[in-house]
Amino acid sequence: MRTRGRGFALAGLVVAAVAFGYPFAWLVSASLKDRAHVFDNALLPVPFAPQNFVEVWRAVPLLTWIGNSVAVGVAAAVAATLSSAVVAYGFARYRFRGRGLLFGLVLATMMLPGAVTMVPVYLEWHAVGLATTQVPLWAQNLFGSAFYIFLLRQFFLGLPSEVFDAARVDGAGPLRTFTAIALPLARPGMVVVFVFELRSAWTDLIKPLIYLREPQFYTLPRGLKTVLDRFGQGGESQWEIVLAASVVATVPMIVLFLCAQRYFVRGLVTQHVEQ
Amino acid sequence: MSRTERRAPWLFLSPWLLGFAAFTAGPMLVSLWLSFTRYDMLTPAEFVGTDNYRELFTDPKVATALGNTLFFTVLHVPLQIVLALVLASLLRRAGRAGGVFRTLLYLPVMTPPVALAALFLLLLNGQTGAINDVLGWFGFTGPNWTTDPAWIKPGLVLMSLWTVGSTAVIYLAALTRVPPELYEAAELDGASPWRRFRHVTLPMISGTVYFTVIVNTIASLQVFTEAYVMFYGNAQTEAGRDDSALFYVIYLFQQAFGSLRMGYASAMAWALFLVIALITALQVRASRRLVHYEGEVR
Repeated sequence: MRTRGRGFALAGLVVAAVAFGYPFAWLVSASLKDRAHVFDNALLPVPFAPQNFVEVWRAVPLLTWIGNSVAVGVAAAVAATLSSAVVAYGFARYRFRGRGLLFGLVLATMMLPGAVTMVPVYLEWHAVGLATTQVPLWAQNLFGSAFYIFLLRQFFLGLPSEVFDAARVDGAGPLRTFTAIALPLARPGMVVVFVFELRSAWTDLIKPLIYLREPQFYTLPRGLKTVLDRFGQGGESQWEIVLAASVVATVPMIVLFLCAQRYFVRGLVTQHVEQ
Repeated sequence: MSRTERRAPWLFLSPWLLGFAAFTAGPMLVSLWLSFTRYDMLTPAEFVGTDNYRELFTDPKVATALGNTLFFTVLHVPLQIVLALVLASLLRRAGRAGGVFRTLLYLPVMTPPVALAALFLLLLNGQTGAINDVLGWFGFTGPNWTTDPAWIKPGLVLMSLWTVGSTAVIYLAALTRVPPELYEAAELDGASPWRRFRHVTLPMISGTVYFTVIVNTIASLQVFTEAYVMFYGNAQTEAGRDDSALFYVIYLFQQAFGSLRMGYASAMAWALFLVIALITALQVRASRRLVHYEGEVR
């Protein structure tokens, strides 16, 4: 009975694995085919055409876009991690009037549709003359982000209060207690926030579409959209270039996930199960 | 308590308080005011009363875009939830071997949506796409997913299921928290697998399912990136295309950043906010009947 259930489950998962893995296999394979064979749906790239990756490198400033994506992604992730940790610590460590109400407000902003603030936030960046720079892609993260505040607060609440009391007896001020004691202890939670925000900044298209005008400022997804429009549909029908660029945009995220899988899973689980 | 101690929490909270004023509360007020004006960023905003809101009801594209968005949501959310539940149940039964599969199911979530959209434009292609090849093995002639107005949205729904892994992983975590004694008791009573799922599993994880339904619905009603990448932002492919892939946020984006109709776009945003709030409120009401919270006395 038990083993039959397990065998059935494994069979189902193998079917799912084929269905979910096939598009990746197709993408990588097609990116290595020559133009005449891109659509042949064969699993192996015959004839083998790795020069697609050289061609896309020549055709568009891929290295600039990768550099932009790394810079924006790291700035967004560092800003979100540090600012959210500061705010989360304030909610977790101190009791003060209005704390429950304010924390409720933090949670409420998670439910606010992004479309509502899209236009006025753009107008704000326009008013300060930064609407066509990369600054709006990460600077908002300097002020803490609701989900990450929630997640890190859970971490700080889990720390034993004795360590903080000991620090106070030793004469450490609030700031020193935070930087010397709380931050190092919350490192696993901060890694969760960092990888989540890195993923989210790396894959985002909406903000780059709104803010970035000049190709030399593009992030990879924004650049990839241009590649698709120029070499793909309605363009020169050089799909092998589009697919090679898609592989370049995807691989770093796959590597990030394989290296930090347990942090992603922990973040997701906190997000929903502990509500 | 010293003065520094009393001030400390506000010091720590200050980044969020500033950010809330600058990027949430302030913009909401500005947006509300803008929704009663005509504003193109070149000339000063001009107060027009409720003109923008009245135009929402007469603009046929708003009705089309809202209809498309609801169509997508009604198909996407239930399919996503059911598929995620099935996959999570399989993962839980698979034991240790499930880890590899969990990784594989989650990888699509890491794929940038732009790359995903480019890839599926080809996989869904009516003539050469691999998806219609597979349908052909079973004797079906697949539709033109990317060009036939009747099949564009179902195609987008099909594609959206590829990222079901994020929901499945959440369900898997919820499933592993169900006490095994409950299953053993049900098995002793001779309950069939379906009855065990219906009367043990589902009530125990209904809180998680409820939360994912709400979050998925809010996200679906703002669907943008994949459809935009595949069908918009390219003059050549946009020309002569009908509005079957025009989702609400795509139209809002066009009005704001294409036509610079900031006032009208703001009214559109508030209308969407109301629709989302209304649907969420209905779901919260329904949940009072359907969701079981552990330790709750009825």
